[in-house]
Amino acid sequence: MAQLTNALEATGLRAKPGLMERIDLPRRVVFLAAASMIAIVALLLAFIFWQGIQLFVKDGQPIGAIFDSTWNPLADTPEFGILPFILGTLVVTAGALLISTPLSVGVALFLSEVAPNWAKSVVQPALEIFVGIPSVVWGWLGITVLVPWLSDTFPNKIAISMPLVGQVFSMPGFLTGFSWLAGSLVLSIMVLPTITSVSYDAFRAVPQELRTGSLALGTTRWQTIRHLLIPSALSGVLTAVVLGMTRAAGEALAVQMVIGNSPTLPAAITQPVTTLTSQITLDMGNTVFGEPWQDALWTMSLVLLIISVSSVVLVRLINKRRIGQ
Amino acid sequence: MLNGTRRFGALAIAAAIVVGACSSAATATPATPAPTPGATDTAVAAAPTPTPAPTINCQTGSITTAGSTALQPLIQDAATAYAAACPGATVTVNGGGSGTGLTQVAAGSVNIGASDVLAATKLQAADAAKLVDHVVCRQGWIVVTNPDVTGVTNLTTAQNVAIWTGADTNWNQVGGPDLPIVLIFRPASSGTRATFLKLVLGGAKEATGGQTLTEDSNGAVTTAVTKTKGAVSVIGFSYYNDPANKALLNGLQLDGVDATIANVGASTYKLSADGNLYTNGTASGLTQAFLDFMMGPQVQGTIIPKDSYGPVAAQ
Repeated sequence: MAQLTNALEATGLRAKPGLMERIDLPRRVVFLAAASMIAIVALLLAFIFWQGIQLFVKDGQPIGAIFDSTWNPLADTPEFGILPFILGTLVVTAGALLISTPLSVGVALFLSEVAPNWAKSVVQPALEIFVGIPSVVWGWLGITVLVPWLSDTFPNKIAISMPLVGQVFSMPGFLTGFSWLAGSLVLSIMVLPTITSVSYDAFRAVPQELRTGSLALGTTRWQTIRHLLIPSALSGVLTAVVLGMTRAAGEALAVQMVIGNSPTLPAAITQPVTTLTSQITLDMGNTVFGEPWQDALWTMSLVLLIISVSSVVLVRLINKRRIGQ
Repeated sequence: MLNGTRRFGALAIAAAIVVGACSSAATATPATPAPTPGATDTAVAAAPTPTPAPTINCQTGSITTAGSTALQPLIQDAATAYAAACPGATVTVNGGGSGTGLTQVAAGSVNIGASDVLAATKLQAADAAKLVDHVVCRQGWIVVTNPDVTGVTNLTTAQNVAIWTGADTNWNQVGGPDLPIVLIFRPASSGTRATFLKLVLGGAKEATGGQTLTEDSNGAVTTAVTKTKGAVSVIGFSYYNDPANKALLNGLQLDGVDATIANVGASTYKLSADGNLYTNGTASGLTQAFLDFMMGPQVQGTIIPKDSYGPVAAQ
């Protein structure tokens, strides 16, 4: 207490703030940084929105036409149905999350609940290395290893038959390894560190008292994880999955290298598909600014932007719900 | 703790967006092990020991070209040779695609725009009218398959139409092995695809669906053809004649005519087109000097044959 009193006295004796302190340069600098970031985001949103609506405003395409499944910009009356790209992005992303989420949440639980220190000191750097590997390397691995392996291993029709019911499921084999599945597998590795680190934070945020209390009641570690940790960290894990989704939907290069880029509706996980990002990168260099074709690419960018803005909003809603609890 | 998670969340979103943006920008570089000329921004500096030839009009300064990746190897080599002959001149060669070349030269952001297709087919009439076309070479494309398509050395125009429209789906329908045909397209906006569609397929509707793939660049197409059983595609001569690629590909005749520069020159090989360099209005200064150099003996007589293009100026 004595120390505290002394400290207060010292504050009272403080000299009048000098000129530099009154100008408070550091505060102004960081304020400027924040303001310029907001300005950049606002400009970006405005620009993409403006370019994205040109297809309807300038080129007179009805808004509903983009949800058509025919993409034929070369026809005499060009058709700009971008449904194959939207669905392709959604299904490839969904596939990646289905593979990646259990794995990532498992790794996060291992790191936060189970791992001894030496194991943490191995797994965490490994995850950081994962983050640092450029997407072109994943794509390159995909095209040289995964794609040939898929087509060599599963060339024939894949069917599941059940007794009595008969065949319940069948799909064509891999004609080429370039496929929805290859894209999802490559993406699942790329989003793994994102989902892992965000859900790890969520598990660490559960107060230690709850764990010790639960264990004191005689539960096993698995029961604690299942009935206490996962429910309390659920919103954090959902946030992690949504962030992983944003990352996956925005990835272009690695996906483009392995999915085959066939502008048709996704039919089976063994078939080539296409995504918004890969179609934009394929066509942007060869179309000219202001032609309807390029306007359609801008509309596709707008759709991507809407997907990522919605996921940011979703993350906010999930977190708000957690505050409400 | 809550704040911690949310802050992390915001950072991760930012990271996701940034990574997305970077990947899009990076796709122009073809993924290929071969030393193909896919690099998009290579400044050519003046060489230390210039050997000026009397016929070269040396100007100083710097100009920029952009456009067709099919023409990029030629322009790059010509730019290197010009800079070696003329100290003080810098020609920066970019790729980007024919559409990019035309847009940028029409907008005045580059001095020369390279295109496989005529400006009038891409640009608005008013923009196209401002541009001046300089035909500097002939270029050819070759139909290539994976080497496992044995026994097929030639495809007729009719066979090509049957294959690329999806009427024929197995190589045994054109005298090859029992192997499904996999079509590897360039993007619909590509100059290569437009040329093939016009000259060989006669505008027929190309196949879509599970047996078709689309790859970005000559380099990516080459990789996909070598990795995919029964694959067929179309690439530029300059990429096919790269020794690193040639061993991995099976090049086909078209209507019984060998895909060679000599046959392109003799107009017997039909899958060929002019290589167009566009300037915005009449060229002057270094731009004109460089275009003259491209028409001169060093480029037309030496560099063009070496890079597998066809000369347009008599030697």
